[in-house]
Amino acid sequence: MTDQNHTNLTQQQVRERIATRLASRHRKEKIFRGFGIASIAFGVLAVLVLFTDIISKGSSAFVQSQIQLQVNYDPVELGIDKVDQESLAWANFDGVIRAALRERFPEATSRSEKRELYSLVSSGAGFYLRERLKNDPALLGQSETVWVNADDDVDTYVKSLSKSKDGFLGRTSEQKAVWINTLRDSGELKKRFNKTFFTNGDSREPEQAGIRAALVGSLLTMLVTLALSFPIGVAAAIYLEEFAPKNRWTDLIEVNINNLAAVPSIVFGLLGLAIFINFFELPRSAPLVGGLVLTLMTLPTIIISSRASLKSVPPSIREAAMGMGASRMQVVLHHVLPLAMPGMLTGAIIGMAQALGETAPLLMIGMVAFIVDVPHGVTDPSTVLPVQIFLWADSPERAFVERTSAAIMVLLAVLITMNTCAVWLRKKLERRW
Amino acid sequence: MQTPTLFALLLLLILVAYGTGFSRAIGAARSRGGIRSLASLPSYYGVHTALWCGLPALVILGVWLAFDDAIIRALVLGGVADRPESLSGQNLLYAQIQNLAAGNLVGESTPQLSAAAAHLNSLRNSGQWLQTALILILAVGLGAYALMRVTPELRAREKVEKVLRAILLMCACAAIFTTVGILMSVLFESLRFFQAVPVSEFLFGLHWSPQMAMRADQVGSSGAFGAVPLFTGTLMVSAIAMLVAVPVGLMSAIYLAEYASNRVRSFAKPLIEILAGVPTVVYGFFAALTVAPFIRDLAQSVGLEASSESALAAGLVMGVMIIPFISSLSDDVINAVPQSLRDGALGLGSTRSETVRKVVIPAALPGIVGGVLLAVSRAIGETMIVVMAAGLAANLTANPLESVTTVTVQIVTLLVGDQEFDSPKTLAAFALGLMLFVSTLILNFIALHVVKKYREQYD
Repeated sequence: MTDQNHTNLTQQQVRERIATRLASRHRKEKIFRGFGIASIAFGVLAVLVLFTDIISKGSSAFVQSQIQLQVNYDPVELGIDKVDQESLAWANFDGVIRAALRERFPEATSRSEKRELYSLVSSGAGFYLRERLKNDPALLGQSETVWVNADDDVDTYVKSLSKSKDGFLGRTSEQKAVWINTLRDSGELKKRFNKTFFTNGDSREPEQAGIRAALVGSLLTMLVTLALSFPIGVAAAIYLEEFAPKNRWTDLIEVNINNLAAVPSIVFGLLGLAIFINFFELPRSAPLVGGLVLTLMTLPTIIISSRASLKSVPPSIREAAMGMGASRMQVVLHHVLPLAMPGMLTGAIIGMAQALGETAPLLMIGMVAFIVDVPHGVTDPSTVLPVQIFLWADSPERAFVERTSAAIMVLLAVLITMNTCAVWLRKKLERRW
Repeated sequence: MQTPTLFALLLLLILVAYGTGFSRAIGAARSRGGIRSLASLPSYYGVHTALWCGLPALVILGVWLAFDDAIIRALVLGGVADRPESLSGQNLLYAQIQNLAAGNLVGESTPQLSAAAAHLNSLRNSGQWLQTALILILAVGLGAYALMRVTPELRAREKVEKVLRAILLMCACAAIFTTVGILMSVLFESLRFFQAVPVSEFLFGLHWSPQMAMRADQVGSSGAFGAVPLFTGTLMVSAIAMLVAVPVGLMSAIYLAEYASNRVRSFAKPLIEILAGVPTVVYGFFAALTVAPFIRDLAQSVGLEASSESALAAGLVMGVMIIPFISSLSDDVINAVPQSLRDGALGLGSTRSETVRKVVIPAALPGIVGGVLLAVSRAIGETMIVVMAAGLAANLTANPLESVTTVTVQIVTLLVGDQEFDSPKTLAAFALGLMLFVSTLILNFIALHVVKKYREQYD
């Protein structure tokens, strides 16, 4: 009886304990799984927040406020009597613009009011008029209606009106806001596609700043990088994978390549500065040096991915070719290399995308200067898109924020396109053995 | 003749050499009953001739281009009486001579400078013609020599393949050359820096203020090069980054490897890896203009005071950047654990999380540790995020809400802009670069060693 009671009690306790522990373990299982889901969610959220922030800041930069003016190409106002190269250089187009503004708002009479009025229009508007007169000399003495870029403060204010009723005045005065709203109501101030952003180089004025010079600089730098790193990387991979004897020397090479992949990019910048610019005296700020530095940085990536591609070609291909009497070099060049080339190209594209986004080493070699002109060759001073982003991010003017974000959108679009092409090529060209 | 034109002409000669070599081989074979009598395929004879024609000429041209400017400069300055002794003085003088020679100098110039400019121009012209003559004679001569050697008995394929193999080896050694270049440039400049600043002051000094007088007679800061605040700043930002990246990255990898369905994996994995493809300058912009103000406002709302360039902002964003790095490395390591270990644990009644925590993670721990060390190395070497989001104040502090500066920030700050190359202020960047290189190399070495040593148990 006592034993029976004890056994019953024990069984009861055991059953309860089992149920309790099992529930506890299931709860831990759920919590653990929840942590995993939370981590994934954090990563996805980070992507979404980052992209949302960039796009919300930058999308407005693709439109530009423009003001319609009735301008009179008055020879007296311009100070010229004929249209030729020299006259155009000296003509007073700003005076023509100011006359048009005074005619539109005659109520501005005091000196300070006039200065306020003149600042509605971008300081680069005169260049636009010069181009029009240059293209059509018959305009001299005539009037015409033109659209010119508004100043960046005006642009900022107009864009803020679409978000809230009162808008963000910033440096815009109340009087200026009245004029702006008058122009908006009468249809003489509109938002148009910002062509300037894609056709201009850098500028101290946000409304005149564009990414063309930086894009061309990036393109030239990428051309140099690709022309050097791909042949060298593929050749190195072929040697290490197909010809290298297994000894301490080749082990040293492999360790070196792996180590180079982990070296901070700024150290490559120091290398570029000390060796290419200081020792070899190559031109500073040039895509040639930028390409060389990025080549050294990209080489490990291309070598590693190329080796993986070569390794994925089955040995039976090699053995069949050798069975036909081909030499080792012929086996590699005629059979293994063509079959591995798709993977190598994919790796090269990823390497180029990585190099395109690189910024720190290029600061070291001087590609951080104020570049207005579009470079025409690999030895012209230039900058690259990431460095342009860096420079604009450092500018105190508010209007540069949206232009910086827009440049980032362009950069990310290019990078996503490259990586998507790489993924697509990999799937399309992939072959199973 | 200009160098690009010379290059183009050289390429043309190489093509001609290939064509004539090929034709000569075909011609020699015809009299012997066809190309079967040749020791190699005809194209190898063409390549052989082209290599003889082009390779030595290209090498000599490369060497010439590398050194002719230095030689011309030495000759020009050697011809100037009472030239300055200092390097910067000579640089300035040579720049004046160059501008005069190019017609860029407006205003008065001394007869001595004019003579030097004329000397420079004549040397350049002579050098150009000499270069052209030498290269062309070399290319044509060696090409003709190789052409004479084209006979059916010549084993052209073997010779060509030997050259190709040597070229492949040289390309593989590019990594060695790069590492040696890094070491030489950083070490050499660092040694010059340590001649002016003691090593002990650099490594253990508590004040960093590289501003110093440009001339001996100038009143100004004497400069302080104690790098401890830079080290602590770097470590703080990196630690914050790892606190974010390691838990999120590791749990992401575990979830994707052990729990996620194929559909979830195919969606989530690429999305997280997008973070790896975003340029760091974008992260820097995001950190500086969005995260840092957010943290400052958040701190103020709870009564704390935070800098606009706090270590916390830079560290958080850097952590987000490193998440995919840890996630993908951990994923590889976890998938490398044999399935039989999991099956054994599950067979004994473990839940999936118990299997992961007690079996999979211990088995994968060496690889995970290696991946984390690589991530630390990457965080320490990160530049653009901290340049844009961290500050320039070399504070010695443990408060993440304060502004700190890092090794990489100071390297950029010291070297961007116009600097005299031999002043301690500039050379300090190379000493910092040396520290960076050595520390990341050590971390990388330890990581690879850990992975290699412990991974063997399951292979």
